[in-house]
Amino acid sequence: MFLSFFGAIESGLIYALMALGVFLSFRVLNFPDLTVDGSFVTGAAVAAVMIVNGSSPLMATVVAIVAGFVAGCFTGLLHTKGKINPLLSGILMMIALYSINLRIMGRSNIPLLNESTLFTSITSFWENLGLSTPFNQMLSFIGIQANPRTWAILFFALIITLIVKFLTDYFLKTEVGLALRATGDNQKMIRSFSANTDILIILGLGISNAFVAFSGALIAQHGGFADAGMGIGMIIIGLASVIIGEALFGTKTIARTTLAVVGGAIVYRIVVSLALRVDFLDTSDMKLITSVIVIAALIAPKVIESNRERRRRKRKRIELEQVLASEEGEKKNVAT
Amino acid sequence: MLQLNRVSLTFNEGTLDEKKALQHVNLNLKRGDFLTIIGSNGAGKSTLMNVVSGSLLPDTGNVIIDDKSVTHLQEFRRSRFIGRVFQDPMAGTAPSMTIEENLAMAWSRNKNRTLKPGVNKKRKQLFKEHLSTLNLGLEDRLTAKVGLLSGGERQALSLLMATFTEPKILLLDEHTAALDPSRAELITEITANVVEKFGLTTLMVTHNMQQALDLGNRLIMMDKGQIILDVDEKEKPTLTVEKLLDEFQRIRGEQLMSDKTVLG
Repeated sequence: MFLSFFGAIESGLIYALMALGVFLSFRVLNFPDLTVDGSFVTGAAVAAVMIVNGSSPLMATVVAIVAGFVAGCFTGLLHTKGKINPLLSGILMMIALYSINLRIMGRSNIPLLNESTLFTSITSFWENLGLSTPFNQMLSFIGIQANPRTWAILFFALIITLIVKFLTDYFLKTEVGLALRATGDNQKMIRSFSANTDILIILGLGISNAFVAFSGALIAQHGGFADAGMGIGMIIIGLASVIIGEALFGTKTIARTTLAVVGGAIVYRIVVSLALRVDFLDTSDMKLITSVIVIAALIAPKVIESNRERRRRKRKRIELEQVLASEEGEKKNVAT
Repeated sequence: MLQLNRVSLTFNEGTLDEKKALQHVNLNLKRGDFLTIIGSNGAGKSTLMNVVSGSLLPDTGNVIIDDKSVTHLQEFRRSRFIGRVFQDPMAGTAPSMTIEENLAMAWSRNKNRTLKPGVNKKRKQLFKEHLSTLNLGLEDRLTAKVGLLSGGERQALSLLMATFTEPKILLLDEHTAALDPSRAELITEITANVVEKFGLTTLMVTHNMQQALDLGNRLIMMDKGQIILDVDEKEKPTLTVEKLLDEFQRIRGEQLMSDKTVLG
């Protein structure tokens, strides 16, 4: 139980990068960008191929991020210069990327089992310092016997995700960032303040897909393989993370919202790992579980809200009846 | 300052819906001129504004601002020196962003946007000073989301955002039409103040004849894509609503009955 929980947080933190990318396109730019399903794999494919061919994992990851950025820019170009509707631009790019990813990989699956990745180097560095021991002792102190393989990945993923989160927070408050947000909020207005909305949309989608590809590159190194089909439904997972996070943790400020998105990605992983513990569900049901979670996350807040509203109206009605009753009583008193 | 030479624009040419929105329109404004534009719906007033702002390109003719032709300059490039307030109070601001963020975006209008924070201490102070001139108490609500403001407050903010970088041209497109009478009066008053303070060359479209007479030093009346009446600085102070209606009847007698309701 604890170990699957631990694993969920670990991968949740890595998927949080993808969720932040989805947040940028869906929420900030108000652009439902389906490129994500493709660019996630692009990130994984580029990283895997480069690592297998002997590049350093760091270099491979950086190139993967750039590849994601380029893919996002293309979607932006299709929409802004080609005047294609946002959904369709994303779908077209997603389909195109499927073939491109196969080209990059040369086959549909690249295992990374005995390769040195970002995570293996970080883990060996961490374990050489013996940093896991205090955490494991802490665990046994609170009565959990199972020890995770390493704590390195958790902390590494946490640091990476927080860095990206804070960079995003900062960026969205810069002059360019403000214009980017306004592009999603009121395009007509920001164009009347000399912002080139086409460039901003292209840039925004580029950054968004760079995050997604970053996440893909890390997931490939974490899971030990890149697969042409690993991106299917990724956009829904990203959206689920954004919606769950926003509902649970609030959206008062930008910093709060990005934190909520990271939280949402982790919660999503935990929910999935819990769902998979149910006997009759197995891993092939993953996409179904994802859909159900997203549907629940979309509907639940509205049901809760309307129930609250109904209770409020009922309370008001009772208050009114009481006031009327007491007025009635006073009249009788006056009459007698 | 602003010159339109034989500007024409036709929509849906060659179809049943063909509409000659502008026909050989000539206009010449000096620096600091304040032009009010009246005319019935479909007369081409908004098209004229859109041609100046660059959101529509004319079929023929050219637009010259400050001795430079801007006819083919894209809207976002032109808007470095053209301020604009729309009719819809929702249109001129970004609702999910704060007052200070909106002001920061407007402040970057005539500068290159960088990766420095949009709002800093110095700017906050500046924004506060500007907001306090509106007398709406907005200077104490810098971090409130603009979506929470009332229509009048949003329009006042839009007006400030459009003007405080002192653009070469200010376009006001029926910017008080969606407000209640007292708010409209307030915005009209603020408009007169800021235009005078910054000495802005201004074009204002309005359906309110009285407002058209009260504000500005020049007036044009448009109909069917043409300027049918051009009142200069000397004549304008002597104009009255009756005179305008008479003039209109003289030029386009047949249309008066339907237009009287719109213009009155």
